[in-house]
Amino acid sequence: MDTELRELYQQVILDHNKSPRNFRVIEHPSHSSEGYNPLCGDTIHLYLTIEDGIVKDISFQGSGCAISKASASLMSSMIKGKTIEEAKKIFEKFQEMITGKLDENSDIESLGKLAVLSGVKEFPARVKCASLAWHTLINAINEKKEAVTTE
Amino acid sequence: METNLKTNTNEKVFDIEKIRNDFPILKQLVHNKPLCYLDNAATTQKPQIVIDTINNFYSTINSNIHRGVHSLSEKSTQAYENARAKIKDFINAKSDKEIIFTSGTTASINLVAQTFGRKYVSDGDEIIVTRMEHHSNIVPWQLLCDEKNAKLKVLQINNKGELLLDDLKDLISEKTKLITVVHVSNTLGTINPVKEIIKIAHQNNVPVLLDAAQSIQHIEIDVQELDCDFLAFSGHKIYGPTGIGILYGKENLLDKMPPFMGGGDMISKVTFEGTTFNELPFKFEAGTSNIAGAIGLGAAIDYVHSIGIKNIKEHETNLLNAATGAVKEIPGIKIIGNAKEKTSVLSFVIDNIHPHDIGTFLDFEGVAIRTGHHCTQPLMDFFKVPATSRASFAFYNTFNEVEQLTIALKKTIEVLS
Repeated sequence: MDTELRELYQQVILDHNKSPRNFRVIEHPSHSSEGYNPLCGDTIHLYLTIEDGIVKDISFQGSGCAISKASASLMSSMIKGKTIEEAKKIFEKFQEMITGKLDENSDIESLGKLAVLSGVKEFPARVKCASLAWHTLINAINEKKEAVTTE
Repeated sequence: METNLKTNTNEKVFDIEKIRNDFPILKQLVHNKPLCYLDNAATTQKPQIVIDTINNFYSTINSNIHRGVHSLSEKSTQAYENARAKIKDFINAKSDKEIIFTSGTTASINLVAQTFGRKYVSDGDEIIVTRMEHHSNIVPWQLLCDEKNAKLKVLQINNKGELLLDDLKDLISEKTKLITVVHVSNTLGTINPVKEIIKIAHQNNVPVLLDAAQSIQHIEIDVQELDCDFLAFSGHKIYGPTGIGILYGKENLLDKMPPFMGGGDMISKVTFEGTTFNELPFKFEAGTSNIAGAIGLGAAIDYVHSIGIKNIKEHETNLLNAATGAVKEIPGIKIIGNAKEKTSVLSFVIDNIHPHDIGTFLDFEGVAIRTGHHCTQPLMDFFKVPATSRASFAFYNTFNEVEQLTIALKKTIEVLS
């Protein structure tokens, strides 16, 4: 397989695509939001239980490409237990990483497993796939009613 | 054996190598693999003669058309009007007046919606579309229906992706003002029985608009024989440039329709008390047109004519049959769109692999296909898929490329499933 392609579809991504973590419905979420990517027809429904500013539980449902599904799965693992402020900071850094704007000296390790999605920066058309779950998360946190669309 | 023989004969008549040499873009590597361009339903590549014609126009006779009295303007006007005449002949329209240059199929359809539609559709009226329309033949009518409080009715399809023609008669009522239907589905490749649709419509005194964006490059079209009232297509899907398209309309209908856009060239006389409009087709061509585009489209039509639509259709059908056969053999693949009459469009889904991932993997094998909803979301809903992968063939594609696609698909499935 081509190096650039292998960089995009790392084993971790393929694993999360096949067995996504937190792929379920939370019956009575405190926050929830829907996201939609018209380009490839990806949809995500995100559920959150936020107590005292901390993400106690997070889950998602939906359909999408390997990148969007793995990104949602990795995000859910990463965000659980974090405060809203921490989640927002991680999102900002993640967004910089996938758009290739991350400072060279920046500490990519703080993004943990999310770093496997850094290959996305070489595929401008796929940035939306990787960021859909995150935009939906921010919408849910901000309690916006309308669905996110990446267009 | 018989198929092979037929194929070889066709390729000889065709001289595929010579044809491919006419398209400079095809001679390139993508990710170090030979480009296998199978996204022809989105846009076709341009033969050298089209590129040269446009280049030549700007290099030698560029000038604004009509009204100019100097030599260049006369030459460019003549070239522009010659292009119109070529298109008239190509679809066998009665008169040049029936050929209106637009920016593409979408603009052509919107023109009809905003002129014919605004004049003749009113409160409670109905417009009929089909389930397999491209968004560009849905949304303009929804906008009109919203404005006029009219109703959009939908002719449904079966699981093969064929229209339920028998339902049409019941769908038509005395309130029906227009039937607007896609000739060939961009997603499924289905060739719709438009002649029958037009016949039924006319028995009920309802005019018909044909969206020919996906048929003009594959099927011989004779507007007089079809008896369609409007026909819309884009230049870039028939080997011409982007930004140019055609609206054909029957002269008596176009005559009664109000202008679309106001501006220069579409007027006869302007005073602040009132304006009289220019004759057809200029009434609908406000502003400076895409002159180079029109002339380039004329060259594309000449080129297609030189190869012959029948030869094109035969080769493309052979490619479709080869690709359909090969893809069907791959476990986990399901073809979407199995109509009896099809152009060379192959849409498919693969178990548990999203089309977008397939598109990226194929790209690394040099294979360009389209993935997504193809601007036909109601059709995706019908088949209960979010998106499909679509390979669409043109006459410059080869049987080797069918194999390149098949191998690439197998590799993709190996990694992703």
